[in-house]
Amino acid sequence: MGPNPKMRKEFPDSTRSSPFPDEVLERVLSLLKSHKDRSAVSLVCKDWYNAESWSRAHVFIGNCYSVSPEIVARRFPRVKSVTLKGKPRFSDFNLVPENWGADVHPWLAVFVAKYPFLEELRLKRMAVSDESLEFLALNFPNFKVLSLLSCDGFSTDGLAAIATHCKNLTQLDIQENGIDDKSGSWLSCFPENFTSLEVLNFANLNTDVNFDALERLVSRCKSLNVLKANKSISLEHLQRLLVCAPQLIELGTGSFMPELTARQYAELENSFIQLKNLNTLSGLWEASAPYLPVLYPACTNLTFLNLSYAFLQSLELESLLCHCPHLQRLWVLDTVGDKGLEAVGSNCPLLEELRVFPADPFDEEVIHGVTEAGFLAVSYGCRRLHYVLYFCRQMTNAAVATIVQNCPDFTHFRLCIMNPGQPDYLTNEPMDEAFGAVVRTCTKLQRLSVSGLLTDLTFEYIGQYAKNLETLSVAFAGSSDRGMQCMLEGCPKLRKLEIRDCPFGNAALLSGLEKYESMRSLWMSACNVTMSGCRLLAREMPRLNVEVMKDDGSDESQADKVYVYRSVVGPRRDAPPCVLNLSGL
Amino acid sequence: MSPPLLGVVEEEGQSNVTLLASPASAESVCLNGLELKERNYMGLSDCSSVDSSAVSAASDERKTRLNLKATELRLGLPGSQSPERNPELSLLSSAQFDEKPFFPLHPSNDGHYSTQKNVVSGNKRGFSDAMDEFSESKFLSKSEVNAMLSPRPSPNMGLKPGMLENLGVQQAKVKEIVAPKAGQERSHVANETRPPHNSSANNSSAPAPKYEIICKTLRMISGIPFFGRAQVVGWPPIKSFRKNSLATTSKNTEEVDGKAGPGALFIKVSMDGAPYLRKVDLRNYSAYQELSSALEKMFSCFTIGQYGSHGAPGREMLSESKLKDLLHGSEYVLTYEDKDGDWMLVGDVPWEMFIETCKRLRIMKSSDAIGLVSLPQLETKEDKHWSPQEPWRNAKTGISQLFA
Repeated sequence: MGPNPKMRKEFPDSTRSSPFPDEVLERVLSLLKSHKDRSAVSLVCKDWYNAESWSRAHVFIGNCYSVSPEIVARRFPRVKSVTLKGKPRFSDFNLVPENWGADVHPWLAVFVAKYPFLEELRLKRMAVSDESLEFLALNFPNFKVLSLLSCDGFSTDGLAAIATHCKNLTQLDIQENGIDDKSGSWLSCFPENFTSLEVLNFANLNTDVNFDALERLVSRCKSLNVLKANKSISLEHLQRLLVCAPQLIELGTGSFMPELTARQYAELENSFIQLKNLNTLSGLWEASAPYLPVLYPACTNLTFLNLSYAFLQSLELESLLCHCPHLQRLWVLDTVGDKGLEAVGSNCPLLEELRVFPADPFDEEVIHGVTEAGFLAVSYGCRRLHYVLYFCRQMTNAAVATIVQNCPDFTHFRLCIMNPGQPDYLTNEPMDEAFGAVVRTCTKLQRLSVSGLLTDLTFEYIGQYAKNLETLSVAFAGSSDRGMQCMLEGCPKLRKLEIRDCPFGNAALLSGLEKYESMRSLWMSACNVTMSGCRLLAREMPRLNVEVMKDDGSDESQADKVYVYRSVVGPRRDAPPCVLNLSGL
Repeated sequence: MSPPLLGVVEEEGQSNVTLLASPASAESVCLNGLELKERNYMGLSDCSSVDSSAVSAASDERKTRLNLKATELRLGLPGSQSPERNPELSLLSSAQFDEKPFFPLHPSNDGHYSTQKNVVSGNKRGFSDAMDEFSESKFLSKSEVNAMLSPRPSPNMGLKPGMLENLGVQQAKVKEIVAPKAGQERSHVANETRPPHNSSANNSSAPAPKYEIICKTLRMISGIPFFGRAQVVGWPPIKSFRKNSLATTSKNTEEVDGKAGPGALFIKVSMDGAPYLRKVDLRNYSAYQELSSALEKMFSCFTIGQYGSHGAPGREMLSESKLKDLLHGSEYVLTYEDKDGDWMLVGDVPWEMFIETCKRLRIMKSSDAIGLVSLPQLETKEDKHWSPQEPWRNAKTGISQLFA
C-alpha cells in the first residue's frame, strides 16, 4: 500500500501524486461512507491511504480475529464508531460452544486509550460481560450508541450500568441476545434529567420493566423516534406510551393480548391514528384478530411490518395488508399459510423483502405452514422482490424456476426446505434445477442458502453462474468433493462460505487454498475433513487461521468443525481448550 | 508439494494414494487413501458393500430391539430414533441405520439410526429415504456399523428449549422408497447387530451446556425417549431467541388453527402405532377417569390391531375391560406434553391444573415410558415385554437416584 513508483514516473511534474492539500483530500474523502469505497480509495497511493485513514470515522470489522485493536487504532486514529462481529454465524444455531471467544473487552481496553471519544459501538455475536458494559459506560463520556445483536454473556445489570452512566446516550438497541434477564429495573436507572434517547429497543427482554419509569422516560425524550417494547408492556400501557410519543417512526408493541374495555380500545385506536410517521411496526406478541384493526390507521405509511411473533391466520393478515399499500418489507410466520401469502401477492406490489418463519419448526405433524404455492403467489404479485427467507416443508424445481423468472432481481435468496435432503416432492428429483435457475436468472445474487436434496450439479451451477455471490450457506447437500470445488473455483466474489453435514473432504478443503485469503471465513462442520487435511491447509497457508473444534468422543483424525479465516495477527491467544489452533504450528 | 501430502498420507497409513502434484492441480488429488480411513460424510469409514444378509433378525426381535433402542438412555442427542418406527413400514436400508448420522453420536450411543430421521407423515419422504436415494453410490451400503462409526456426538447435544416441546407424537409413516437411481437393495436391518453400549457414559460428553440444557438433559436421561421426529442440532436454522420466543408464545395461545373457542380446549391425542390422531376437548371431562374412558373408547380400534401384532393371544374381540387393562395395566401409559414442552405422566397433578397445562396427549407404549412411570410398576412390565439390557438398567436406576 505504499506509494506507487510508476505513478511518480508518469507524472514527473508533481512531486506528490495528489495535486491538492491533505486537508482538502480528507474533507472530500470524509464524504465517503461505504467501507468498500474507502478500502478502494486507500489503495490508490500513500497519500490517499493516509488521508483516508485520518478521515475515517466509522470502522467495520467483520471478523474480530482478523485484526487486533492495536492495529486498528494505529491505522485509524480518529474513529468515532466501531462495528465488530465475532462468532461464526452458525453460533446462532448452537453449533459453537459458548466459551468460544470473541470477547469485546480487549477491544474496549484499547479504545479507552486510543478512542476516548468513541461514540458508537455496534456488536454482533460478541461475548460481552457486565463488566465490559460498565467499563464502557464509565470510560467513554461521549458514548451515544450501543447496539448489541446476538451477543451473549451479559445480564440486565450491564444494561443498568449503561443507563446510569451514559449521559449522552441516544441509542440503546438490544436484539436477540443471550442475555441473563434478571430484572427490568435497569430501565429505571436512566436519570430523571436524561433526555437524549432517540432509539430504545428492549424487545429482547422478558422481565417486567417499571412502566411508570418507562412512561416518564418516553415523555421526556422528545427526540425518541424508535421504541420497541417488550412483552411486559400491555396494550393499556402501549396506549399511554403512544400518547407521549406520537412522533415515533418505528414502533414495537408489547403484548397484543386482548384485554381492553371498549373505551380503552377506542383510546388505543385513537393513539394509533396519531402515529402519522410510523414506517416500521413490530412486536405484536399474541396478536389476535379482534384487536388488529386498531393498527390500521397507523399502517398507511408502513414500509416494514414484522409479524414474525404474531400467530396470524391468512384472513387476519389479508385484512391488515389491505391497509399497508407501501409495504416494502414483511416478516411473517407460516401460520398465515399459502392463502396469506396470496394476500401478500395481491396487496403489496412494492414488496422487496419477505421472510417467512416457521411457527412450529420441529413439529412433524404440522400440516400447515407454507408451500411452494405461497411463494409462487408472492412472486406473481411482488415483482420487486429481491430478498427472501423462506422456510417451507415442500418445494419443487418448477416453482422456483417460475419464481425467479417473475422476480429476477433477487440479491438474497435463502430457501430452507426444513426436511434435510428432501427432493422435489412432485418429481422426486433433486432440487438442483431450482438453484440452477436461481443462479442463472438472478445475476445480482449476493447471498444464497440452499436446501433440499442436492447433488454436485447444484454446485456446478453455482460456480458457473453466481458471479456476484458473496455469502453461501450449504447444508446436507452435495455428493462429492467436486461440489465444494465448484464453489471455490467458480465464485469470484465469495467471502463467506458455511457448510454443514456435506460429503466434502480434504480434497475439497484443499482445493480452495488460494481462495481463502480472499474470503472472510470458511466454516465446515460435520463434513469429511480430517485433522491432517486441516494441518496441511494451515501449513500451506500461514496467513490463515485454521481452527478445529472436535466433538467429544469423536475419532482422533476427524476434524468435526473447521473454521478458517484470514488474519493479519496470526492465531488467537484466547482460544478455549475446545478450539485447536492449527496455524503457526 | 508431494512430500507434505505423502507425509499426510503416511500418517494415515495408506498405500494406494494418488499424490498431490501441487495444490493447484487439486482435482488430480485423489485422496483415496485418506478416504479409506476417513469417514464418509455420513461418518462411517468406507467399507465393503452392505452385507444385506446381515439383516438377519427376526421381525419380532427387530421390533423388540427397536423398542429397546428407543428407550436406550442417551444424552438426548438429536437424531435419536423414533421408537415408533415400524420396520414394516420403513424400507430403509441397513446402511442408513448403520451409517453415521449427521449428528454423530458416540458409538456407544449410536445403537441405531440416531440419524436426524425426520419422520414425516403423509406423503413426505423421510430424510433417511431421501438420503438413501441420492447417496447410494457413495455412502450407502456400509453396514459394518460397529467398526466404523465415527462417533461425533454433537457437543451441543441438540437440546434446545424447542426440542422437548416439540417431541410430537409421531407415527412412523415412512413412505415406501421408490427405487433409487442405483438400486440399492434395501433391507431393513436396524442396527440390531450393534449391542447397545453404555449410553449413560455419554452423558458426560457435553461440554459445559447451559443450565437449562442440563436440566432438560437430565429429564432426557430419566427416560423420556426421543420419539417422533429426531431433531438435528441447529436445524432448521432458526435463531435460539426466535425459537424460544415462539415456543413460549405458542403455548400461551390456544390452538393455532383457531378452532378452539373460549369454551373448548381441544388437544391432540396420539397413540403409538395408530395411523392417525384424534382430538379431545378437555373441558368435556371433569376428572381423569372420564378422560381415560373416553380415550379408551376412541382408540379401541387401534389397540386391537396393535395387541394382535405384538403376538398377544389371538384376535379375539377385546372387551373394554381388556382394553382398560391395556391402557392401564401393562401395555400403555398415558402421557401429556405440558406448557414447557416436557412429557409428563398423566395423573400427578389436580385435574384443573392438568387441563391448564396440558398441550397434547400421547398414549405411549409402556416400553417407551421408562422414567415416566414409577419404578415398581415398571419392573413387572419390563420383565414381560423385553429382555432388559444391562447398562440401560443401570443407567435407569442411576437416574432415579438423581431424583431421589
